[in-house]
Amino acid sequence: MVTVPAAPATASARGPVAAIKNVTHRYGEVLALDGITLDIPSGLMVGIIGPDGVGKSTLMGLLAGSRKMQEGTMTVLGGDIGDIRHRRLVCPRIAYMPQGLGKNLYLELSVWDNIDFMAQLFGLSRTERPAKVQELLDATGLAPFPQRPAGKLSGGMKQKVGLCGALVHEPDLLVLDEPTTGVDPLSRRQFWALIDDIRRDRPSMSVVIATAYMDEAQMWDWIVAMDAGKVLATGTPAELMQRTASKDLEQCFIRLLPEEKRRGHKELTIPPRTAGKAEIAIDAKGLTQRFGDFTAVDHVTLSIERGEIFGFLGSNGCGKSTTMKMLTGLLTPTEGTATIFGSSVEAGSMEVRENLGYMTQAFSLYGEMTIRQNLELHARLYHLAPEKAKARIDELVQRFGLEAHLDALAEDLPMGLKQRLSLAVAVLHDPQILILDEPTSGVDPVARDSFWELLIDLSRKQNVTIFVTTHFMNEGMRCDRISLMHAGKVLAYGAPQELIERRGAPNLEEAFIGYMEDAIAEKAGGTGAAKSDTATPAATVAETPAHPEHAQPAPWRLPLMRMLAYARNETMQILRDPVRLTFAFLGSALLMIVCGFGITTDVERIRYSTNDLDRSPDSRAYLEQFASIPRYFTQTAPVQSAEEGLKRLQADEDSLVIEMPPDFGRNLRRGARPEVLAQVDGAMTFRGETVAQYVLGVHARALQDPAVGLPTSKPQKNQADIEERFMYNPTFESIYSIAPSVPALLLLLIPAILMTVSIVREKELGSMINFYVTPTGKVEYLIGKQLPYVVIGLINFFILAAMTVLVFGVPIKGSFLMLTLCTLLYVMATTGLGMITSTFTSSQVAAVFVTAILTIVPTIQFSGLLQPVSTLEGGARVIGEIWPASYYMHSSLGTYTKGLPAGLMLGDVLFLAACIPVFLAISWIGLKKQEK
Amino acid sequence: MILASLMNIFWLGIKEIRSLMSDTVMVLFVVYAFTLAIYVQATGTSSEVNNASIAFVDEDHSALSQELFNAFYPPRFKYPELVDASVVQEAMDRGLYMFVVSLPPRFELDLRAGRNPAIQVSIDATAMQQAGIGAGYIRNIITDRVSSFLERTDLASPPPIQIVVRRLFNPNAESSWFKSVVAIINQISLLTVILTGAAVIREREHGTLEHLLVMPLTAFEIAMAKVWANSLVILIATAASLFLIVQWALKVPFAGSFTLWFVGVLLYLFFATALGIFLGTISRSMAQFALLIILVIVVLMLLSGGSTPVESQPRWLQALTYFLPARHFVSFSQVIIYRGGGLSAVWQEFLMVAGVGLAFFVYSLALFRKSIAASK
Repeated sequence: MVTVPAAPATASARGPVAAIKNVTHRYGEVLALDGITLDIPSGLMVGIIGPDGVGKSTLMGLLAGSRKMQEGTMTVLGGDIGDIRHRRLVCPRIAYMPQGLGKNLYLELSVWDNIDFMAQLFGLSRTERPAKVQELLDATGLAPFPQRPAGKLSGGMKQKVGLCGALVHEPDLLVLDEPTTGVDPLSRRQFWALIDDIRRDRPSMSVVIATAYMDEAQMWDWIVAMDAGKVLATGTPAELMQRTASKDLEQCFIRLLPEEKRRGHKELTIPPRTAGKAEIAIDAKGLTQRFGDFTAVDHVTLSIERGEIFGFLGSNGCGKSTTMKMLTGLLTPTEGTATIFGSSVEAGSMEVRENLGYMTQAFSLYGEMTIRQNLELHARLYHLAPEKAKARIDELVQRFGLEAHLDALAEDLPMGLKQRLSLAVAVLHDPQILILDEPTSGVDPVARDSFWELLIDLSRKQNVTIFVTTHFMNEGMRCDRISLMHAGKVLAYGAPQELIERRGAPNLEEAFIGYMEDAIAEKAGGTGAAKSDTATPAATVAETPAHPEHAQPAPWRLPLMRMLAYARNETMQILRDPVRLTFAFLGSALLMIVCGFGITTDVERIRYSTNDLDRSPDSRAYLEQFASIPRYFTQTAPVQSAEEGLKRLQADEDSLVIEMPPDFGRNLRRGARPEVLAQVDGAMTFRGETVAQYVLGVHARALQDPAVGLPTSKPQKNQADIEERFMYNPTFESIYSIAPSVPALLLLLIPAILMTVSIVREKELGSMINFYVTPTGKVEYLIGKQLPYVVIGLINFFILAAMTVLVFGVPIKGSFLMLTLCTLLYVMATTGLGMITSTFTSSQVAAVFVTAILTIVPTIQFSGLLQPVSTLEGGARVIGEIWPASYYMHSSLGTYTKGLPAGLMLGDVLFLAACIPVFLAISWIGLKKQEK
Repeated sequence: MILASLMNIFWLGIKEIRSLMSDTVMVLFVVYAFTLAIYVQATGTSSEVNNASIAFVDEDHSALSQELFNAFYPPRFKYPELVDASVVQEAMDRGLYMFVVSLPPRFELDLRAGRNPAIQVSIDATAMQQAGIGAGYIRNIITDRVSSFLERTDLASPPPIQIVVRRLFNPNAESSWFKSVVAIINQISLLTVILTGAAVIREREHGTLEHLLVMPLTAFEIAMAKVWANSLVILIATAASLFLIVQWALKVPFAGSFTLWFVGVLLYLFFATALGIFLGTISRSMAQFALLIILVIVVLMLLSGGSTPVESQPRWLQALTYFLPARHFVSFSQVIIYRGGGLSAVWQEFLMVAGVGLAFFVYSLALFRKSIAASK
């Protein structure tokens, strides 16, 4: 075990905030944490440092109780965090901000609503919430934008909102997972100032922070250096640097790495550029890009010389990527021009592209192909001659150190290798210009340095112009020249040292902050209004009086409050999501129209032709029978021969050809029983069969009805009259059966899909963490999410009912009130089905398809839509008997078409009502309160 | 230049196929969709009358009424149940029976006496698929039995006109013939759109699309590669399904020319891949794509004429569905497969599918390029 150094006085009195013993965590085959044992002292700022993928996030999740423990024990705030009772007890004392900008925020919701929602989950009463939220907004400088949707905030602001949400309940342990990754330096500084203020207010609070920015951790109290799921070292930053004789933490971290990882690593040295004549490689003048009324890039002017490494520094969303897209021709600028070696970069200009090598943000090659296949594909797409391509690939593979992994799938490579592969692909065709979009984010320091070695080599030896974006300040220092970008504008550009000197700042970060503050002040027009945004406004925290007596709601009301909080949250989300909203309302209306008109079993307007070989009055009288019922038969031109009739049938011009034999009339009168031939197109079986029945019906009438005018047409003696009573639907039009049946399908399909998406979406986007780390119970969560969809289901029902009556003209004969009751129960059951499918699907796509298949198939096949349940047998019958749609279809058909008394639907009501608790129980079992 | 472009399309397509092949779940899904799923759909729930539930109210209790009672048996009908006249209405309301045949008292006696007694058949007319045809069967069965009964008692007279109804193209009215082909058509629509659309979204989400567009490649080449690669995969699956499932397992005869049909399939695939690119382009995420697919596929399947005849649609809807390639696909498939029609019978529909496909492709291509510009 690593020894804990004597912690500063503030913390010495109490034991560690967390004691971790032999904790191991796996994701399938991948080992994320490898038997970690560690005590985290309380009351300190503790930094967990290490590059991406070393297990930091896993550790943070376990610490916050949001992830399920696998092996080992972890004591947090005096109890076993693996124990549900302890978690329930301490979860109001722990605040957790997961990794990813605004990961646990609801992007459609406003800043205020996001924070207010968290306050509701933690049980703050209606009266104290507004003051608390306002206080946090004031403290973080978010007060001017309470109504802005979280999705429209910059990364830094999102993180502040996240922090507000984490702080609403005044925690004792604050767990922050990479809170400043991708955030601009000014916001970053404000963020840490804010944390400092809060700590000053609550000195007992422990803060545990994971970060990949080593320089940030320099100022913290205590550091845990992690690599490959193991703890490398712990101690105060000064101690660790001293132990490794390093000048900063990054160097220290590299020195702490095991020998085999450090091999080949050496200090990066950048040879100066040989001064030559400065040929301009990239020249941009006044580049501007507007999306609607939002200006993403605002008059950027740059000129970059051949062979230069040009750095583009800025936070997420400042317009770096958009500028790059304009330089590469992916985007046509709204204003301004860009040229590469003098020729204009217009969208689609091939010569320019031949000269470009491009690496998009994150890894953008084909993960499902091997390194070799990726390289070969690109060689082919650049049309390198085969032998030249082979030589070039061999050369690159060797130079970039990819030999050992040539036949490994790209997606299985570690991040550093992936980036090298991307670079190899980008330079495959010897481009003059390389454009790299954040090539090193998520790469460990050793791999980052080796990546930079390649870049320097390309620039200095081959005179390749390199344009690189980054949010690492130390990478900025390695560039020949850089430009600092913020909010679409270039604030300054020049050599990094020069920029620092120009501002008289100690380092690049400070210089950047200085430029940003100037720009903001300038924008505010010197009125001083900029203060609210720039000056660290956290001082207000101290001014706010400590909370007066909490008007805590009664404990029994808390679950109800949380449930309603979720219901309100869900309602606002869906109201602001145009796609889901459209699907919810227009979707059902559209499907109703399509199904109502598209599913019909009416066979009408059958095209037929006659082949009358007799042409006697009798044969005409017989044929006249068909022409006299235009609803069913539409006559086309008579055919002259049997072959022509067959041709018509083949080409689907006619579906029926009636052939009257020669001498029909004479034979009939002679009593020789002539034979009429009806040829029916049987390709579409159901239709063919129906046509055949129609023909037999017409024939029977011709035999008996004297009005037909055939000599033999007379009622026959000695036969049974068959009276057919078409009950419920006397005109026998299928719409009377289809229109009431389709809602049973739609009110199942749409609420179930929306419900499942609403839950799985949270899993996929990360806001599910709010459920994991707040005191919200499973039933509160499920019912809270369900309520809005039950309402949507009911609204849908009224829309569909209106369409049934108005568009399809199907009247309501029974009790509409009873049907409404059935519908209420039915949508509660169907949303319950959606809950169930959400428990075992983890992506929205899977959830949609699984839910669609699981709901559509039994509804169509077994619930009576096509075949009455009474005609089913075996397994199909069992499914039909237990499938809620069968019962709803019975009550819907009963109300519209059959006009059944309400009492007959009591059985449906009871069955549907019984489904609701069953589905809820299954979902309750399936829903997990922690991440795996 | 053109050669270089063709090479690009070829190699990008190869990449597309490789990506698909490495997606085991998708491959298994395609295999399932074109084998088992087709078989199950073709042989599953039948639109013919099958196992219809029937009850008898026998107030006659004669030899003839017993004979009629015994004339109904599986597979078309369940064995009938004897019920009392007083419960008929309620039993029908509960949906226990589709048909109730009521024989009046002294039925046989009246029949022999030439008094033409009436048999009442109550039909649940909300069971659309079966009620009409089933009522026809009941009528025929009763008429046959009654007349054979009367023949035995020398009271029958043969009808003065005979009719022969010949069902062309599917003489025994086996519904699996039609359904299997419709099932293939539906799977082609569904999977082609999903595969192509998902391929577009996956590339955009992974950033590889941007990467490709910075290379000397055109949006046309990228889109065309997706068209041919996905079409090829579906075409192979379709051929396998046609020969293995439809012809070999279900023994459905193929009256027309294979080549002609596959040409038609190719034209339709062109449309379907373009539709996939279109949907993949307009949806911002996989989840939105999934929601869209559901709406689009239902339209393609229900209005194509594969589930119910096109003539039954209201006229305004028929005018709209005329622009739906799926409708023409179902139609020319019937012509070629069952009726053995040649090019002369289907060329107009081929032209329509190709025309709509081309228009869609051009439109999607324009959108595709624009969407990349607007992404992020």
